[in-house]
Amino acid sequence: MNSDLTSTDGVLLRVHEAGRPGAPVVICVHGYPDDHTLWDGVVAELAEQYHVVSYDVRGAGESGHPRRRRAYQLDQLAHDLMTVVEAVSPDRPVHLLAHDWGSIQAWHALTGQVLRGRVASYTSISGPCLDHVGHWLRARLRRPTPRRLRELITQLVSSWYITFFQLPLLPELAWRARIPQRVIPLVGGAGSLPVTDGVRGLQLYRANMLPRLARPEARPTEVPVQVLAPQRDPFVSSALQSDIGRWASNLAVRELPGGHWLPRTHPHVVARCARELIEHTEGGPEPRALHRARRAGPRRGRFEDKLVVITGAGSGIGQATALEFAEHGAEVVVTDINRDAAEYTAQLAGAVGRPASAYTVDVSDGGAVEKFGTLLRERHGIPDIVINNAGIGVAGPFLDTTVAEWERVIEVNLWGVIHGCRVLGGLLVEGGAGGTIVNIASAAAYLPTRALPAYATTKAAVLALSQCLRGELAEAGVGVVAICPGFVNTNITSTTRFVGLGATEERSARQRATQMYHRRNFTPRRAARAIVRAVERNTAIAPITIEAKAGLIASRLTPGLLRAMARANLTPR
Amino acid sequence: MAGRQVHDPADLGKFRELQQLAYAATQSVAQTLEPGVTEKQAARRVRDYLLSRGVQDWFHTPFAWFGDRTAFRGFRTPLHFFPTHRRLAENMPFILDCAPVRDGFVADVGHAGCLGTNPGYEQLMDDLSAYRELIFTRVNDGVPLQQIYHDVDALIARQGYDNRHRVYPGRVIAHQVGKVHSRLPKFVVAGFGIRSLQTLVGDLIVERMHHRSPLWADGDISNHPATPGLWAVEPHIGLRDVGVKFEEILVVNDNGGAYWLDDDLPHVRHWQRSSAAS
Repeated sequence: MNSDLTSTDGVLLRVHEAGRPGAPVVICVHGYPDDHTLWDGVVAELAEQYHVVSYDVRGAGESGHPRRRRAYQLDQLAHDLMTVVEAVSPDRPVHLLAHDWGSIQAWHALTGQVLRGRVASYTSISGPCLDHVGHWLRARLRRPTPRRLRELITQLVSSWYITFFQLPLLPELAWRARIPQRVIPLVGGAGSLPVTDGVRGLQLYRANMLPRLARPEARPTEVPVQVLAPQRDPFVSSALQSDIGRWASNLAVRELPGGHWLPRTHPHVVARCARELIEHTEGGPEPRALHRARRAGPRRGRFEDKLVVITGAGSGIGQATALEFAEHGAEVVVTDINRDAAEYTAQLAGAVGRPASAYTVDVSDGGAVEKFGTLLRERHGIPDIVINNAGIGVAGPFLDTTVAEWERVIEVNLWGVIHGCRVLGGLLVEGGAGGTIVNIASAAAYLPTRALPAYATTKAAVLALSQCLRGELAEAGVGVVAICPGFVNTNITSTTRFVGLGATEERSARQRATQMYHRRNFTPRRAARAIVRAVERNTAIAPITIEAKAGLIASRLTPGLLRAMARANLTPR
Repeated sequence: MAGRQVHDPADLGKFRELQQLAYAATQSVAQTLEPGVTEKQAARRVRDYLLSRGVQDWFHTPFAWFGDRTAFRGFRTPLHFFPTHRRLAENMPFILDCAPVRDGFVADVGHAGCLGTNPGYEQLMDDLSAYRELIFTRVNDGVPLQQIYHDVDALIARQGYDNRHRVYPGRVIAHQVGKVHSRLPKFVVAGFGIRSLQTLVGDLIVERMHHRSPLWADGDISNHPATPGLWAVEPHIGLRDVGVKFEEILVVNDNGGAYWLDDDLPHVRHWQRSSAAS
């Protein structure tokens, strides 16, 4: 539904409304160079629940295009916004969602007198309050620590165009030569903008930048504000957007994978984040991700409020990793094929940190993993870290390994990881907030040995899968880490299937292997710490023990030597 | 060696009496611990309690460990066992460990407690009872001590804990004790009474000649069923920065049968209460 409103100075504003009348009102304000179509994807999602209003800012789309520079001053833009608010929600505070120059004007309106008491919440994307920027620049010039200087220089370099826009004629010529139209699509923006919009919008910069930055006012707000800061924004650095705790007392900052035009490239992520803040302001419970994004209050751990899912966490490395993350404040979801083991780990997690939840899942069963994924989403939300840890051991000669034994080890070690990446990794991508998938491979993935043909095959496949997936998911901001532990003292040795051996021989082979690992005595806890470190650094391949590290180097420098060593029978006897 | 007195019920009674006294000491001192007290002060209180009740010498002087020192985190040399100026705080776990000698009889006890509540401590204490059960059953089954040590390790791994008794000198989970007969003066070297040390070293030499050891660890020298005598058993398990233990005497007969010297001990009563409650 379209309508025209007349702003306080007589300029026409074209307003578009969608969604459910009577529901909470969300007003979307676009930036420059854009028009209201920027919000199409987001509006489509939010319209299911809310009364969503978007309008063309003056100088863009079907709204008026006044010529005078003064008509583009922020005070006037704030009155435009107020005009829209008055018309669509005269008696109830609105929720604001704004991008780029839209954010700048929304900030200005929010922190000034015009909109006082009329805004319930504000989600700002890639646009700061110019007065806050003025203070930000001054603070950096006044006390230039190396870090602050770096932030300053980074921001000045990415703001080159602001200086350029102050020049007479040249920017207009650039628009008429269609240069921005060609460059902007390269960084995710729309390329089909009319030249008039581009030229008129320049007045935004000329009317506001110098006065605001030269004489910044103190402009605080108590309205709940959430800043979505894209990690690869070439124009607005995340330091500039997020370092505003002194101005916004109720502030949440989320750094998200993506570029400057987040509403266009990631509409569902923007819609989800906006919805979370709106729901919470309307009296709903605070979602975990939003709570984590809050800047106020002390952190209880490096992973506070992160949701971590670990398969096969009933024992060994999985269990130790669950405890490690729980200790660092994460909400851990433990799965294991053995219900008691999973529940016990969850109980221990509660003893060292946050209580965890336990689920019984057979990772080799795709249907079961999918069912678990749905449950996880419903009950806990979208995970931040997924650790595909469940695995079993098989040792012994290739020709003695039966088809059934091959199938079992491939089902658990490889299909388990595939299902985990497919279902749980899929959730990470869908969530759009980045995250990490950790696959537990093995040093056997790159150290050939006649002792472990089946096991090494599955683990090499896991390593290959992890590296391919890392390439594919990079654009979604999801890291993929392959862990290659080496000899870690866990119960895997006492459950490994030694093929071609009778029950008694197998028992003693298990005992010998267990003793060997025992003498090595690399504890699961140390492995867990290394995994946490690898997650923090998003390491591509993380060998853990010294032999796994040396093996990785040797596999690259002297693969022939390793092939020769593969002939030795290392099975302990 | 140590085993030679175990037949005498009167002697066993004396051992039991002293063990009760040692536990009474740790219990009553544990109740006096307040936030801010140091390990040295706590150990001193245990020492004073026992000296005022007729204890003349030490197998080892009283130890007190607070906080992550209960799990022996950062222990690199035996000197780290000695009490420090570490202060007790709310919800901090602690362990009091003492080994008094009175009239030639020895006790060696360890009491794990907590000032306030600590979920890690509660969980560990609940699970610690399984070790008393396991050790008792396996010794009675005549299983070699080395194997029992591995069984204990397997249980520790299954429960997701750390073996902390491996930090004790010789990685021991238990050691033999017996009556101290010595003409040496009462003197403490590096925390150990030299009379007790003399007895222990004597035992070590005699037992080594039989390819056995009065120290129960995971080495091949412990690859034999429990030798008759009194064994001070002290499994010590840790979860992150919390450690718990108990220590008490297991009596092994000449025929290899074993029984706990005394079942009326604080940790045993605690487990009986909680199993009755559940």
